[in-house]
Amino acid sequence: MKLKSLLLGLGLVAGISAAQAEDPFKVGFVYVGPVGDHGWSYEHNRGREELEKHFEGKVTTSYVENVAEGADAERVITQLAKSGNDLIFTTSFGYMNPTLKVAKRFPKTTFEHATGYKRSKNLGTYALRTYEGRYVSGIAAGMMTKTNKVGYIGSFPIPEVFRDINSAYMAAKTVNPNVEFKIVWVNSWYDPGKETDAANALMDQGVDVLLQHTDSPAPLIAAEKRGMRAVGQASDMSHFAPEAHIFSVRDDWAPYYIKTTEAVINGTYEPADFWGGFKDDMLSIASINENLPADVKAKIKVTYDDIRSGKISPFTGPITNNEGKVVVEAGHTLTDTELAQVNWYVEGITDAIPH
Amino acid sequence: MDAELLSQVLFAAIKTGTPLLLIALGEVICEKSGVLNLGQEGMMLMGAVVGFLAAYSSGSVGLGVIGAIIIGMFMSLIFAFLVLHLGANQVATGLALTIFGTGLSAFVGSGVVGQTVQGFQPLIIPVLSDIPFIGHILFTHDLLVYLSFVLAALVSYVATKTRIGLIIKAVGENPHAANAIGIKVLRVRYCAVMFGGAMAGLSGAYMSLVYTPMWIENMTSGRGWIALALVVFASWRVGRIMLGAYLFGLASIMHLVLQGMGWNISPNLLAMLPYVATVVVMVIISADHFKEKLLAPRSLGKPFDPRQMA
Amino acid sequence: MIRVQARIEQSTLMKIASPLLAIFLTLIFGSVLFSAIGKDPLQAMQVLLIAPLSDMYNIGEMFVKMGPLLLCAVGLSLCYRANLWNIGAEGQLLMGALGGSTAALAFIDSSSVLALPITLICGVVSGMLWAAIPTYLKLKFNSNLILTTIMFNYIALYLLLWAVHGPLRDPEGYGFPESALFSDITTLPILFDEGRIHLGVIFAIFAAIGAWVLLNKSHIGFQIRVFGEDEPAARYAGFNGKKISWIVMLFAGALAGLAGVAEVTGPIGQLIPSVSPGYGYSAIIVAYLGRLHPLGALLSATFMAVLYMGGDLAQIEIGVPTAVVGMFQGVLLFFLLACDFFIRYRVSFITNNNPIQE
Repeated sequence: MKLKSLLLGLGLVAGISAAQAEDPFKVGFVYVGPVGDHGWSYEHNRGREELEKHFEGKVTTSYVENVAEGADAERVITQLAKSGNDLIFTTSFGYMNPTLKVAKRFPKTTFEHATGYKRSKNLGTYALRTYEGRYVSGIAAGMMTKTNKVGYIGSFPIPEVFRDINSAYMAAKTVNPNVEFKIVWVNSWYDPGKETDAANALMDQGVDVLLQHTDSPAPLIAAEKRGMRAVGQASDMSHFAPEAHIFSVRDDWAPYYIKTTEAVINGTYEPADFWGGFKDDMLSIASINENLPADVKAKIKVTYDDIRSGKISPFTGPITNNEGKVVVEAGHTLTDTELAQVNWYVEGITDAIPH
Repeated sequence: MDAELLSQVLFAAIKTGTPLLLIALGEVICEKSGVLNLGQEGMMLMGAVVGFLAAYSSGSVGLGVIGAIIIGMFMSLIFAFLVLHLGANQVATGLALTIFGTGLSAFVGSGVVGQTVQGFQPLIIPVLSDIPFIGHILFTHDLLVYLSFVLAALVSYVATKTRIGLIIKAVGENPHAANAIGIKVLRVRYCAVMFGGAMAGLSGAYMSLVYTPMWIENMTSGRGWIALALVVFASWRVGRIMLGAYLFGLASIMHLVLQGMGWNISPNLLAMLPYVATVVVMVIISADHFKEKLLAPRSLGKPFDPRQMA
Repeated sequence: MIRVQARIEQSTLMKIASPLLAIFLTLIFGSVLFSAIGKDPLQAMQVLLIAPLSDMYNIGEMFVKMGPLLLCAVGLSLCYRANLWNIGAEGQLLMGALGGSTAALAFIDSSSVLALPITLICGVVSGMLWAAIPTYLKLKFNSNLILTTIMFNYIALYLLLWAVHGPLRDPEGYGFPESALFSDITTLPILFDEGRIHLGVIFAIFAAIGAWVLLNKSHIGFQIRVFGEDEPAARYAGFNGKKISWIVMLFAGALAGLAGVAEVTGPIGQLIPSVSPGYGYSAIIVAYLGRLHPLGALLSATFMAVLYMGGDLAQIEIGVPTAVVGMFQGVLLFFLLACDFFIRYRVSFITNNNPIQE
């Protein structure tokens, strides 16, 4: 009798552990902002939701929002790994060193860090080719400006932003040789109040088209109020500014999250440095405004297609910086590693790189 | 800088200074009655989110403003009950209110992230707006900015020229004496704190209905703290709060204007300017008033308990 | 009839009972809250309040989180005891981090045993200097300490951002705003093999004890207390107010600076833009929850550290958004503050109709 129940018990235990083996695959996310920021973290969270929907029932996800990029990050990433997540996405640059440290301690877990450059056996990196969207924005801005002054609201003076300013400027120059860029830094990724102030400060100085490297729709709303134009960033922002909105460059992380999860589940995952753009459907041009002139609309679409097909590649030399030095030799196209280190403005931008 | 740009910049300074002015007007009355409420950020966020929700669901910005004022008062009521009735520490309770309000506002607002409303439209006042230079700076704003002018005048009048103002001052300076002459100290403080809450709510509504007509978590980004500093900066004088709010507004857009003009200084060092300027001005003002000891209400931050009078 | 009377002396029993009552009330509120959003309340409480102390790793992390809160709160407690409204721990902490990082980066190729002590001293001195400016302005020009310390928090933040985007940026860091990783010689030693408990935590605990001794066993401490409680009496006794202000402010600045340098040389290991998630502000509430008592701060800093960690765990384990965690924390603080009422007042139910004062 006792033996029997013992055996039964053992069977039960075996059953449980078998059931555990079929447990859903767990994916964890770490966000730097609140998911309600309607910007960077919001878009990553949408990607997470898509991921869960795609693998209905087979994949469960969890996330931690508002994780400061300091000492807390390492703890949160560790706790995610400890609580059994098989794959962990850390979605802000400041998580680079903490992710690397935790990845070393949890060799069986896979880690993916957005926008960084350090990798290891179980840590890959991924980023967006935001400069592709910025190139199309530059084309539209160059064609739409009447004052020949385009405003660029910068977040922080880092390579990603310098690179995108260059991309937009070079594009604008191809359609409007007289175009001039005014750059204002707000020291924040999203601060609607400050972005509004920056937008107004630029428009006060004759700017009539705004590009932004910050995440809130505030600059679009400011442009709408004053009858100017602007390009939306990160998500579709058309409803914030029905008249002013030119189009939005939309980020979409879902394809990458789905692809990576699939690879880890199938055991085909290899850590790499992945850059997604138009070609991968991780960037798209959303809601081109009906009120644009036909030639502008057409040019936007052609430019998008040309970048997607590889016909246009913004950082192909020769490119000279605004100190007169050749930074990209003729015939050379910047590699992804080089794209991550752009620390110059192209010829024609009158500002200097801030230090 | 030409006159046109200058007038644009001053116009923007008033716009940027208005939320600070609104919230500081409430806080100054609150502090004059002897209560220090560090929960402004929390009340302001609640005002912003409830104002937005009310306007979004009803389609009326007016209702939004009213909703924001009511929630601001309700939030301040929690604070008032804790510090006035239960004698809880004002500093700690205020900070707890900020933590609570930040969380609650994010929770209530999660459904409307990414939505927008038709905010207040500019109301250009005829004739006055045609005055050269000043007309544009002062009279081409929206309704809430004009309301802030009126409120500033009203608060200033009530605080300095009326019996109510005297009572608030008496309660803030010496609650025991005030109590002795029959003033209901706690009742006065309740009213003052709730006025502060109403103004914080209104200021939040200005953020979510006028400045950037949308709701985003933490959208007030520290303005409550600046307002606190403003009250001190103005040495608890209403007229000076108005000046201070616009000066701070000006300083905080100046670094953006200068960047646009091509000043090539580190944006981080430029962003420091408003804070450095505030300290410098403060030092000059307070050094000037050196003999006028103790500008702050004398019982500021100290609990008053009528039960101990008996 | 409920009758409320002020106690002549604070109730010792209630000093212990009131926090317990507060926690009990919060648990009831929390149950309602978590049930309302469809979470199992028992599990939520377990994750929020118990899980942070459930294993060695988490306990270690709790100490790591507690360290900077405690260092700042101890300094602030002394300031508030002396009626000095210093809101500037955040800025002093950031300057400590900046000063310490400058030294640590200068020692990046060094193997001197003095490198770490010098780095720590640089951090401490930077924090002291940052506290010294508002103190000087207050004593010399009568400027309001609340205002200047808030402003100096912002100024410190932008100075740090400037440094990390400029002179201290890692030349091999792809232009990102981070310094190079510090070398092992300037990294605080880890105390246990597992986890991240570092020497800074020990400093923090010693600081709390030291401050308690200073406050209660020394003549200076006596002066600080008298000054805070009855300034005219202190002046009458001939105590030097300026000297006390200087001592207290510099002490607070030094501790906050130490907290900053211990963060960058400890768990972070480099200078980054977001050194502090607002430790200097949270420390204000820690100081008050600890009733402005250095050893009380030890308890309240531990408690707040648990609460913060529980918030992150609640997101991981049961998917509660930070918004709800924030509400829960706010309400818990409300109850804690409200229940102090019973320490100072006696509430009794009586049958006869004695008139009650308002």
